Amino acid sequence: MIAINAIDQLAEPYDIAIVGAGPAGLAAAARAAELGLSVLLADENPAPGGQIYRAVTTTPVAKRDVLGEDYWKGGALVERLTKTTASYAPGCTVWSVAPDEEGGFELGLSLGGRARLISAGQIILATGAQERPFPIPGWTLPGVMTAGAAQIALKSSGLVPSGRTVIAGCGPLLYLLAGQLAAAGADIVAVLDTTPRRNWLSALPALPDFLRSPYLAKGLKLMAAARGKLSFRTGVTALAAQGADKVTGVTVTRGGKTETIACDALLLHHGVIPGINLSNAAGCAQHFDTVQHCWTPTVDDWFASSIPGIAIAGDGAGIGGAESAALRGEIAALDAVRRLGHLTEGQRDSHAAPARAELARSLRGRRFLDLLYRPAETFLAPPANETIICRCEEVTAGQIRDTASRLGVTGPNQMKAFLRCGMGPCQGRLCGPTVVELIAQVHGVSPADTGYYRLRPPVKPITLAELAALPPSEAAVKAVVR
Amino acid sequence: MSGDARSADIIVIGGGIHGCSTALHCAMRGLSVILIEKDHAGRHASGVNAGGVRQLARHVAEIPLSNASMALWHRIADLVDDDCGFTCDGQVLVAEDDEDLGNCRTRVDDLTLRGFHHEELIDATELRRLVPAVSDACPGGVVSRRDGAAIPLRATQAFKRKAASLGADIREGVRVTRVVRDGANWRVETGEGAFLAPRIVNAAGAWADRIAADLGEPVPLDVIAPMLMITAAMPAFIKPVVILRKRKLSFKQFANGTVLIGGGYLGRAIRDENRTVLDWSKLATNAKTVWDLFPIMRGAPITRAWAGIEARMPDDLPVFGPSAKHEGVFHQFGFSAHGFQLGPGAGAVMAEIIATGSSNVPIDGLQISRFTHH
Repeated sequence: MIAINAIDQLAEPYDIAIVGAGPAGLAAAARAAELGLSVLLADENPAPGGQIYRAVTTTPVAKRDVLGEDYWKGGALVERLTKTTASYAPGCTVWSVAPDEEGGFELGLSLGGRARLISAGQIILATGAQERPFPIPGWTLPGVMTAGAAQIALKSSGLVPSGRTVIAGCGPLLYLLAGQLAAAGADIVAVLDTTPRRNWLSALPALPDFLRSPYLAKGLKLMAAARGKLSFRTGVTALAAQGADKVTGVTVTRGGKTETIACDALLLHHGVIPGINLSNAAGCAQHFDTVQHCWTPTVDDWFASSIPGIAIAGDGAGIGGAESAALRGEIAALDAVRRLGHLTEGQRDSHAAPARAELARSLRGRRFLDLLYRPAETFLAPPANETIICRCEEVTAGQIRDTASRLGVTGPNQMKAFLRCGMGPCQGRLCGPTVVELIAQVHGVSPADTGYYRLRPPVKPITLAELAALPPSEAAVKAVVR
Repeated sequence: MSGDARSADIIVIGGGIHGCSTALHCAMRGLSVILIEKDHAGRHASGVNAGGVRQLARHVAEIPLSNASMALWHRIADLVDDDCGFTCDGQVLVAEDDEDLGNCRTRVDDLTLRGFHHEELIDATELRRLVPAVSDACPGGVVSRRDGAAIPLRATQAFKRKAASLGADIREGVRVTRVVRDGANWRVETGEGAFLAPRIVNAAGAWADRIAADLGEPVPLDVIAPMLMITAAMPAFIKPVVILRKRKLSFKQFANGTVLIGGGYLGRAIRDENRTVLDWSKLATNAKTVWDLFPIMRGAPITRAWAGIEARMPDDLPVFGPSAKHEGVFHQFGFSAHGFQLGPGAGAVMAEIIATGSSNVPIDGLQISRFTHH
């Protein structure tokens, strides 16, 4: 592996550029490099692993059972990559991916405060998942954060929230995190489960597959570990964070009764959804996945997007978990290598066969989890008008509903012009799904018919100085020489 | 407001600010209007431009139309029941050196001789008063004090809503496939059937050449994608919009602190896919100009860049007025990246021409005949 520590060390053009060093990106980079292609793996974190295996090579958490045995599997993926000739650029943000006029791609990257444009023949986006926004009244108070954020602090720095901690929401990761934080010494005073009871009805037909899946054993173990020690409250139908300058408690409604639990930290989690900002900004088609209830880039069996030459591997193209992400990375890499003419279709297919078999196994049971842990309507489209939806621009649910109905705004892109929601630095990561739900609700249509933000590069901000100092791309220099 | 009527006095093709404004002004004159838009109102150039409401530095052929429009911008809320985010803090053309300032002087003198007084030469002191953050090297410039800026999509949709409230039938998501003569009428064929009217307005922006070609009036329209970028909120440091003459720059800080940077650098337009591809090397040049002129901006984070799909004519002037070939056909397109300010006034003048056959606002030099009579 070639470590890239400064932007001028990039030796373009690369055959394949891969964005994101989680399981999908690590596997894709390793596979393509093993087949002899020049590969760049760019990742904005300081160490490989993505979110699920965050800091797997550097974490200060020494007791292995705190993070659980699955976490440490990430080490093998990193180990495999280090044995290849792939270039790996940590701390490197890819802020733009766009097709060039010669069938390849131009990437805009920043590393160490300097930006550069490079070219690559094929692109694999492995940008993973993000937590589904979970807007409740008071969620912008200090002391309220996502469960995933708390997990980042635990993995990368060995930190747990101080004081009385409440965890609220639903989804398998909620139990995992509750267990990890408890094992690391957090004072968890309550776990508030928002899973709607009627979800069991819709999930039931998918139960047989789940019972034969690897999820079952893992899930039971997680539940047993968490439930045994922690105070679980199910059937939660409303939540509000209380406090003036910071969170001091959470108001919980269950079975028609409301109580307030005092706390110093409130961790919210409503499952994960694909992080679509880069693929959307690159122009890849996307659709609304009604089972996972989120916007998802549209990909084929080889995880190729609607733009020939851009593949999307891992949870960025639909949530499947770490194991499936690595397999999808592997498969996407094989197709990229085939597109570059280094494998025939037959070779690609036979290389991919074992991974495909594994993939089917790893995804079995997923549907049951997606249907069971689908957040309730009341959390997807918050009823309280004062709830802030767009945190960057401080736009409330009431403003969005009012503008949708009074001005006849039918989609999120038009909403931007009236309320500026989605126009802040996060580019809709924290408001997009909710804005869509609210507009859809007002007009009585589906999120699919409402559409999603058209996102724009740079998908992560770069400074004016960085852009002003952007050296001409190799392609531009060659064009002048010609 | 979509009824079932398939015919009207006027069919407007295109729901940009021009089409919506013409529809509104026709409706205000009591004419029945159907407006047909393939996406939604303001989806392209009208909704994603820099929002400059500028008389400054316009070609003399456009100035009468621009003046008519400016009068409407200053009472925009009365016209469309929405202030469209219009603010009036002037626009300033900054001269970068003495030679540049000399050219500014020549321009202002020329306008004065023609009877136009909206542009005013300013010295270094007045420039510093208007734009305190500008680099010390700049010796003066030109100001147009009644200029300002508005929010493009909001403005375009306000025109659409007001037109609809006066009875205009707005059909969004309907694509025109062909325009043909049908007796005394024009038949506008769409993905959702045909519409009939004795008069049609071609306000189809970057797609207007296809309508014109259908009508036997082909025009050399270039499809362009002017790029813009915006920063995160910065401390308030500038009120007027700033433009340059020698280098390309248009620069504006909004009330919320974000700074919009443009100037007409072009990306790649893929009009059949409603898509654009940015050219970062050119945006880098754009950023370097700001870096030179406004040192305060050097650390500003750029949060988004985009481009709109727009029509440009070879002489950078719009095609505006009656067809050179057919009764009942009117053209209103090709605004060449500076049509937003003209929208309200151009719609009023167009409606007047349609309703009365003429207008006191001169449109000499803008007719389609300059391309079709060779």
